[in-house]
Amino acid sequence: MNVQQVAVFLEHKPGRLAEISHCLAESNINIRALSLADTTDFGILRLVADDTDKARKVLKEHGFTVGVTEVIAVGAEDRPGGMDKILQVVSRADLNVEYMYAFTKKSGESGILLFKFDEPARALAAFKEAGIKILSGEEVHSM
Amino acid sequence: MIWNEKNETMPREELEVVQLGRLQAQVERVYATVPYYRQKMDEAGVAPGDIRSLADIKHLPFTTKDDLRRNYPFGLFTVPLDRIVRIHASSGTTGQPTVVGYTRRDIKMWAEMMARSLAAAGVTQKDVVHNAYGYGLFTGGLGAHYGAEEMGCAVIPISGGNSKRQITLMRDFGSTVLLATPSYTLNLADTMAEMGVDPSELKLRVGIFGAEPWSEQMRTELESRLRIKAVDIYGLSEVLGPGVAVECIEEQRGLHIMEDHFLPEIVDRDTFEPLAPGEKGELVFTTLTKEAFPVIRYRTKDVCQLITKVCTCGRTFHRMPKVTGRTDDMLIIRGVNVFPSQIEEVLVGTEGVEPHYQLIVSREGSLDTIEAQVEVSEEFFSDEVRVLEGLTRKLQGNIKDLLGISCKIKLVEPKTIQRSEGKAQRVIDKRNI
Repeated sequence: MNVQQVAVFLEHKPGRLAEISHCLAESNINIRALSLADTTDFGILRLVADDTDKARKVLKEHGFTVGVTEVIAVGAEDRPGGMDKILQVVSRADLNVEYMYAFTKKSGESGILLFKFDEPARALAAFKEAGIKILSGEEVHSM
Repeated sequence: MIWNEKNETMPREELEVVQLGRLQAQVERVYATVPYYRQKMDEAGVAPGDIRSLADIKHLPFTTKDDLRRNYPFGLFTVPLDRIVRIHASSGTTGQPTVVGYTRRDIKMWAEMMARSLAAAGVTQKDVVHNAYGYGLFTGGLGAHYGAEEMGCAVIPISGGNSKRQITLMRDFGSTVLLATPSYTLNLADTMAEMGVDPSELKLRVGIFGAEPWSEQMRTELESRLRIKAVDIYGLSEVLGPGVAVECIEEQRGLHIMEDHFLPEIVDRDTFEPLAPGEKGELVFTTLTKEAFPVIRYRTKDVCQLITKVCTCGRTFHRMPKVTGRTDDMLIIRGVNVFPSQIEEVLVGTEGVEPHYQLIVSREGSLDTIEAQVEVSEEFFSDEVRVLEGLTRKLQGNIKDLLGISCKIKLVEPKTIQRSEGKAQRVIDKRNI
């Protein structure tokens, strides 16, 4: 139901990102969204692919440490204040965001925010109550 | 100067007579007073009377650190506690601490060994001795202290730590001799530079360094930074503490072993058969005069050979070169004994996973550093930075609690640590000791 996200552990070494993009490209996997978290010592690449299982398999075969986690995708209006509307809901519900990233489907049409919450169930309830559109995994993966 | 001219320059034949007599008495004593030694000798089918020559020592069973642990705390003492005047113990990071005891006579002997060592380094009673070895359960501080007092030096029992104050007092008191671990001495040199104190403001002329292995490179560095002579001293608490062997200032080529009190042997690292002088193997010591806590054929796990060539200083005692390796994988990090297996236990025990890891030991400035590179397996990988950082902090904390050392944890990608055919290379020591 929710969006499946592939997370990959990265050391700070030149060329590692390119290796990921290359092996995804070779397997004809399309990346819907991605974000990179980095610390002094390591990085975590998070991405949503059109085929999660295949992406996971391919990256594992190339020796990467891969984890698949669920994230929540919500639709936002692609105009000033669109993201704010959603974050106000998050704030009022006193939800803790582990991380988030965003992408737009088509300029001016709709933005999509991907969230990882420590309490996903409560987050879903809060979004529903506020009438915010929650996107299904199918919708996001097949965009 | 030679402190005990008679013993230290005794002709070899005479020395060997003294050694044999003392060895026989020592073996008889441990057989009569320590059930554990008696049992081991009985099992090996050797009786005290079988030791008719120094070469017969090869019939006696070895003693290892495990034997000492098994007899924790006082099982190997030959005398009741009312005859003990001092107890020292190892830090116990590898399990049970090893406990050693001394009678009044042992302390006196030890003081003489240290006084001999100081004399060999050119120290006299006119010197002001800054003793920065740690005072406490560690044998370094008090061992060196008693020797310097025996010699009649003005001893400053400063112990370790508080480097700025050490420099100030060294300058104000006009210290001429420094006793410390080499790594702490580098730390002192750094502190001096930070404080803007030039070595010429101090009266230091010689440093006697021990308790951890150090290289010739390190000697050059210590000598040029502090403008002193750097002399190596060797000892281990199981045998005595500092003062088992020392370099003479005349040659500084190998450390003279106090052979009238400690009988050295070199044995094959695998078969434990005695090796000829000059061959490299594990160093083994039998104490010849210790009362409270003698050891018979104690395996030090230090690797070296014996130099039998006569030394120009006049001492007839054989020499051992600087210890450069060990038969086990023990590391000495800032004076703390660390076995890679202990770190492995923490890594494996913390999250219930068995990670591939490698330890990188290096020296940054004057300090030893250790880093554990741990491969991130799927079992503990997380998409959240917080979780991974929390894990590294937890591992660091657990290692600190257990070993008392700071070990940086670096997460690395799978398969980045080289797989070896057979035994994994767990440790990369970049310190060039």
